[in-house]
Amino acid sequence: MPKSSTNNPATKNLLENTLSFDAVIVGAGGAGLRAALQLAESGHKIAVVSKVFPTRSHTVAAQGGINAALGNVTPDNWQWHMYDTIKGSDYLGDQDAIEYMCQEAAEIVRELEHFGVPFSRLENGKIYQRAFGGQSQNYGEDQAHRTCAAADRTGHAILHSLYQQNIRLGTTIFEEFYAIDLLKDTQGAINGIMVMNIHNSEYQILKSPNILLATGGAGQVFRTNTNAGINTGDGLGMVLRAGYTLQDMEFWQFHPTGVAGKGMLISEAARGEGGVLRNASGEAFMEKYAPHVKDLASRDVVSRAIAVEVQQGRGCGPNKDHVLLDLTHLDGEVIKNRLPGIRDISITFAGIDPIEQAVPVFPTCHYMMGGIPTNLKGQVITPNQDNSQQVVKGLYAVGECACVSVHGANRLGGNSLLDIVVFGRKAAQTISEQIALSPANHQAELDTASLQQVMERIERWHNAVDNSVDNLVDNSINNSEDHNKPPISDSVALIKKDLQKIMEQGCGVFREESSMRHALQQLPFIEKRLQTVCLTDDSDIFNLERLSALELENLLAIAFATANSALARQESRGAHSRIDYQQRDDQAWLKHTLYNHQTRSLSYKEVNLNPISREPFTPKKREY
Amino acid sequence: MKLIINRYNPENDQAPYEQFFEVDDALIQPDTMLLEVLQMVREQDPSLGFRSSCQEGVCGSDGMNVNGKNHLSCITPVTSLKQPIVIKPLPGLPIIKDLIIDMKLFYQQYQDVKPFLQATPLNPSQEHLQTPKERAKLDGSYECILCGCCSTSCPSFWWNPDQFSGPAALLAASRFVIDSRDIKHIERLKELDSPTKTFRCRHIQNCTDACPKGLNPSRAIQELKSIMVKES
Repeated sequence: MPKSSTNNPATKNLLENTLSFDAVIVGAGGAGLRAALQLAESGHKIAVVSKVFPTRSHTVAAQGGINAALGNVTPDNWQWHMYDTIKGSDYLGDQDAIEYMCQEAAEIVRELEHFGVPFSRLENGKIYQRAFGGQSQNYGEDQAHRTCAAADRTGHAILHSLYQQNIRLGTTIFEEFYAIDLLKDTQGAINGIMVMNIHNSEYQILKSPNILLATGGAGQVFRTNTNAGINTGDGLGMVLRAGYTLQDMEFWQFHPTGVAGKGMLISEAARGEGGVLRNASGEAFMEKYAPHVKDLASRDVVSRAIAVEVQQGRGCGPNKDHVLLDLTHLDGEVIKNRLPGIRDISITFAGIDPIEQAVPVFPTCHYMMGGIPTNLKGQVITPNQDNSQQVVKGLYAVGECACVSVHGANRLGGNSLLDIVVFGRKAAQTISEQIALSPANHQAELDTASLQQVMERIERWHNAVDNSVDNLVDNSINNSEDHNKPPISDSVALIKKDLQKIMEQGCGVFREESSMRHALQQLPFIEKRLQTVCLTDDSDIFNLERLSALELENLLAIAFATANSALARQESRGAHSRIDYQQRDDQAWLKHTLYNHQTRSLSYKEVNLNPISREPFTPKKREY
Repeated sequence: MKLIINRYNPENDQAPYEQFFEVDDALIQPDTMLLEVLQMVREQDPSLGFRSSCQEGVCGSDGMNVNGKNHLSCITPVTSLKQPIVIKPLPGLPIIKDLIIDMKLFYQQYQDVKPFLQATPLNPSQEHLQTPKERAKLDGSYECILCGCCSTSCPSFWWNPDQFSGPAALLAASRFVIDSRDIKHIERLKELDSPTKTFRCRHIQNCTDACPKGLNPSRAIQELKSIMVKES
């Protein structure tokens, strides 16, 4: 007998146990912790909700570094950084946001250094900077060295330092709590969030007029990816269910150098320090695709080049399915000092010491350029009926889950760590101003309809428990030719695997109308299976099956957003590479897509081509 | 492939017990990691509890005791392990469920050593200068991922978990004592200079043996002790 009938979460007294805060931050990666630090320092009563212990957030895995025009190694200024970022974005990035990020970069990196980040150093004691893809001096001339690094563990160093500074301030962190859905007040503003304590399945409402989403990426929507297992796009799912849109979801970055067949990342730092990609005949093939900067072209360019080499039969290995990243010509000491982490990963996962042998690599899903649309201040925005943009009251988003659009159609290496700290701090400043303006908002009433919707979702997964083995699935819904072995007994784990396969085949490095249409036709079957699947675990203690089901709902919504947005965009731009529309089309497509899940429809938004303090960079042909 | 996994769900079980699982050998490649096998087991039994996140040895979520030694499952190749593989939670801390332990005490010990830089405040236009040599001293101490494999393999920690700081916290303490930017190292040393906090370490080396990142907390503690002796 299903236990849930006697242990219905709805019967618990949620409203009486509600806690109130000035701000609630969801996610304890780099963006969330940087924001928390700012708000805690300002003396506000805040809570950070994180489904994992903070230092286990995915920021920890960032390797190569963080960009700032410090000019410690080569001459540099923020405007060159701005130009490179706009060009890297294939002109889809908003120029005011990119301008702001690049202006803030030097100061915020020094601030991180003050927080304790153990950056690698130059002989003169300053922060070491390495070359990275897409970086130039003087608007496209010589290679710049702009990426500040702590060996190849920069994300680890930054995340731990931010966590440590939050320990100093005594920030309240709800560790191993899962954020389920946003709650609205009677005026329609966001003013709370439903969370679940993973340890005992107890639900709780955290009430606040300021909810900041910093929930990171969703790379788990693709089968082969560099993302942590926790990267299931929970913030994005919440935003879609609350009726708001996601922006530019067709743009997923495939990192050129994942360990072939596995996906673990080999940082771009490997090429920044002098590594070279080679095909089966030993040819350094990037010369053909990016004659000027070769292996340090932007990631979309390098990923496509590798995919083309393999497609045209010049791949390495018995299956000719990867290329080689060759570091053997480098001094072994450089690899040990500057790339110790990637040496570990190569030895552990490929059985290859890069000092002695080239590492097999292939592009793997790495980063989501799109996300929850925000303005420069970190406030979430949503289109009105007349397509003008309006701030969603009470809701903020930063980091990979957000799309302030500093990355446009393709992100440059070293800009994601920068994005999280710049906009993490900025959103916190905005929230501080909001708290000063309207402290009385604490009193706003929760909207019962929005609470009801969330309760229904929770109950669904408590009541969907079936301990019997005969939870047979209706085979008619497994009729896709791609699932030629329909499961006798369906499960959350199987549905997730099928979703990842569909997305990899439909919306991978190269896309075309038929592949994307096929994916879009299959997704409703996945949706139906998820609606009917039963769970086998009815425990309330660390019920990871139930957690996985809630996460999968988010991934599925993201898959719909991705496939719909990608099918609509009939051009190739940045990471969105279409076989049937190979050119960039500024006339028709120099605009952002906005996807609404309730209507399953798209609308569009202009790209901001108006920086505040300088002339815009007008779109031109992108060559490396 | 045969596995014996410790199970315990306090909702139903009086005490932990062992459960036998079998995974089809055809699914195992020479480079298959233990985490992947555990995921296969979870497909058989979705109630199996273990933590994981990055799956590449940098987040520290999936520390567990495998054939008697602490490991991160995501970077432990199964073909290196004797079968049946006996998997238990990290020892010495309360079990929440199956392989998931309560790390509250471990984190508290970390927090207690004030693991954050305390430096002369600078304005944002300049960075602290630190030579490559000074920076190199931090190598081997800042890379800790707080997985708990070291502290939970330490007999001194098992005997006095409420007093002895444990290898992970002491490694973090040493990282700030030796950081050329930190100005509080005298205060740090004074706080650590107690028969239980630091000197309960007997250099049994279990911590160093267990560290999946190849760090050497035992040596760091030895250095802490020798700095204390010199400075006192």
